[in-house]
Amino acid sequence: MSSDGDNDDFLYEDEYDDGFDQDDIDSTSEPDVYDAMSPAIEEAPQKKPYDVSWKVKTLQEIIDMQNKEIMKVQSLLEVPASSAAILLRHYVWNSEKLQEQFWNDPAQALEEAGLSPPSSPTTHTSTQPTGLFECPICCMEYDYSSTYSMGCEHRFCKDCWMEYLTGKIKGEGESAKIQCMESGCKRIVREEVIDDLVTHDISKRYHNLLNAAFVADSPTLRWCPHPNCEYIIECSQAPTRMLNQLVPTVECKCGHDLCFGCGYSASHRPVLCRIVKLWEKKCADDSETANWLQANTKECSKCQSTIEKNGGCNHMTCKKCKWEFCWVCMGPWSEHGTSWYQCNRYDEKSGIDARDTQAKSRASLERYLHYFNRWANHEHSAKLDAEFYQKTEKKMEQMQNSGNLSWIEVQFAKQAVDAVIKARITLKWSYCMAFYLKRNNMTELFEDNQRDLERAVENLGYLLEQNISDTDSIAKLRQDITNQAAYVQKRHDILMDDTLRGYLERRWEFTVDT
Amino acid sequence: MSGLSTKRLMKELADIKSKGTPEGIILLSADSMDEWVFLISVLGDETIYKGETFALRMKFGNRYPIDVPEVTFLANGQYQPPMHPHVYSNGHICASILGNEWSPVLNAVAICITMQSMLASNKKKERPEGNDRYVRSAPSNPKLTRWHYDDDVSTGTKSSCHPPMTRI
Repeated sequence: MSSDGDNDDFLYEDEYDDGFDQDDIDSTSEPDVYDAMSPAIEEAPQKKPYDVSWKVKTLQEIIDMQNKEIMKVQSLLEVPASSAAILLRHYVWNSEKLQEQFWNDPAQALEEAGLSPPSSPTTHTSTQPTGLFECPICCMEYDYSSTYSMGCEHRFCKDCWMEYLTGKIKGEGESAKIQCMESGCKRIVREEVIDDLVTHDISKRYHNLLNAAFVADSPTLRWCPHPNCEYIIECSQAPTRMLNQLVPTVECKCGHDLCFGCGYSASHRPVLCRIVKLWEKKCADDSETANWLQANTKECSKCQSTIEKNGGCNHMTCKKCKWEFCWVCMGPWSEHGTSWYQCNRYDEKSGIDARDTQAKSRASLERYLHYFNRWANHEHSAKLDAEFYQKTEKKMEQMQNSGNLSWIEVQFAKQAVDAVIKARITLKWSYCMAFYLKRNNMTELFEDNQRDLERAVENLGYLLEQNISDTDSIAKLRQDITNQAAYVQKRHDILMDDTLRGYLERRWEFTVDT
Repeated sequence: MSGLSTKRLMKELADIKSKGTPEGIILLSADSMDEWVFLISVLGDETIYKGETFALRMKFGNRYPIDVPEVTFLANGQYQPPMHPHVYSNGHICASILGNEWSPVLNAVAICITMQSMLASNKKKERPEGNDRYVRSAPSNPKLTRWHYDDDVSTGTKSSCHPPMTRI
């Protein structure tokens, strides 16, 4: 199934030039934009065709990225830095599109982005009148020096500006699109103006919002979703349209895995982002209800309404279609005579037929529960990881004491636990995958791999639970655990490798659109 | 109350007293500086609201006019909100001028004029889609509803608008 080597030259870059969705950054310009920022850190030493490369960036690097673009546009278009920034944000950091529009019609490009046309740059400041000015907002009188206008002929006092800008930034979380206070005026407030007019805290918040918007607007950047982590992942090999054949799991410098494709805060390999979304939604909607239905209800053998029997005899009358049937054999009540509390007719044909229909309507529910319960079981196990580590650590101490093993010699146990935990995450998602797979030969092979890994993990789990008695048994146990852990690792890699390659080879057929 | 809203509202009140309000708009009460009620009627024979009068209440917070006031049509024994595709039966109004297009240079009378022209341009008496559902669960302050404005119209209201929950 999985072939090595022949896919090593598989590159996404060549496919990746034709742009993403309508307003994404034009990818052709990207290497120029980001390359010089920091040396590429190849996180995966031997890159598999389904792996992606990524870089972990600091907030400062993100700021530098923006500044570099801004400086480039500033010198190319000969506009002030803050104008370049407003233009770039308007064109969602697509500097090629910006240049095209700008050289086509500079005045219009500036106007659309919310800037003053170049012909009337700062005339108003030089013609500042003397005397007092009544602010049209607060109706107080001010010296002209305490007022501010963006050059759109709309002047207000600085106090009102501060109130307004603070409200926009703090209250509404706006940043790049804060306009003039005048009704209908589209002029965008420049960065340096905001910094000048608001308090330091608000200005800091404003710049954070600008950075957040920059990351959110870029298809090649994503915040690490882990609490208190401030790193940003850069990855150009997982555009949205590739997510039907890639699961771009990356690792942040904070030590946590995440999915670059959908922002899921852990690895969900080998399952595609879209399938994960469907699964999560299904589980949120269905699982509790489905479990209860499974345990407490049957369907009316005529109209398929779901019925809960909450007491009484076996003579059921469907509230909906008035059909009378027996709760035990599901056959028509008319054939039961007067035996109200017992049914000895389980094998009669009419009863079997009714149960058949019932079975079909139940099958899909049962199928879902089959996969869900296995998925949930591994999910539950993962919650006990900390405990598992603790127990193992205790055992490792015990082995050091009673078995005369050195600290380094008992590390095999921790490595085994690592392998179990990693495999369980993969197994968990493999049940979600299996639920959406069409039944065919490929799926059977997938489930074989899944079963082999499941067994290997079970065996290793069992070995790790063993009690330690004497020195001899420790040596044997150590050997067994080490071997089994290696086997788990191997089965894990086989399942993962085969599944992820399967996407690239379009081997998997799903019951839903990917 | 901060000086910001007080001085401004006093000025607006003084302007109304000296210059009056546009035809069809009457300041009914401005007993306190934080809640005013205007009466609005649509002029001319063309309108479907001929002979009707509506009461528009504005509550001004102390950040007025930086923040938009809370504006609703009164729905009580005496007054009923107009039948209009942007006006819910509890008096809540879906209008971008009362949301993301509010500007601090606008004032109480400007809101009245916008409401008056919103009514004047309407040809069909009907409630917004999903009115009942919205009214059942709406917050008492319409500013807490995240309105969606669908289409630009010069009056500052939109041709179709709805709270997000009306779309199934």
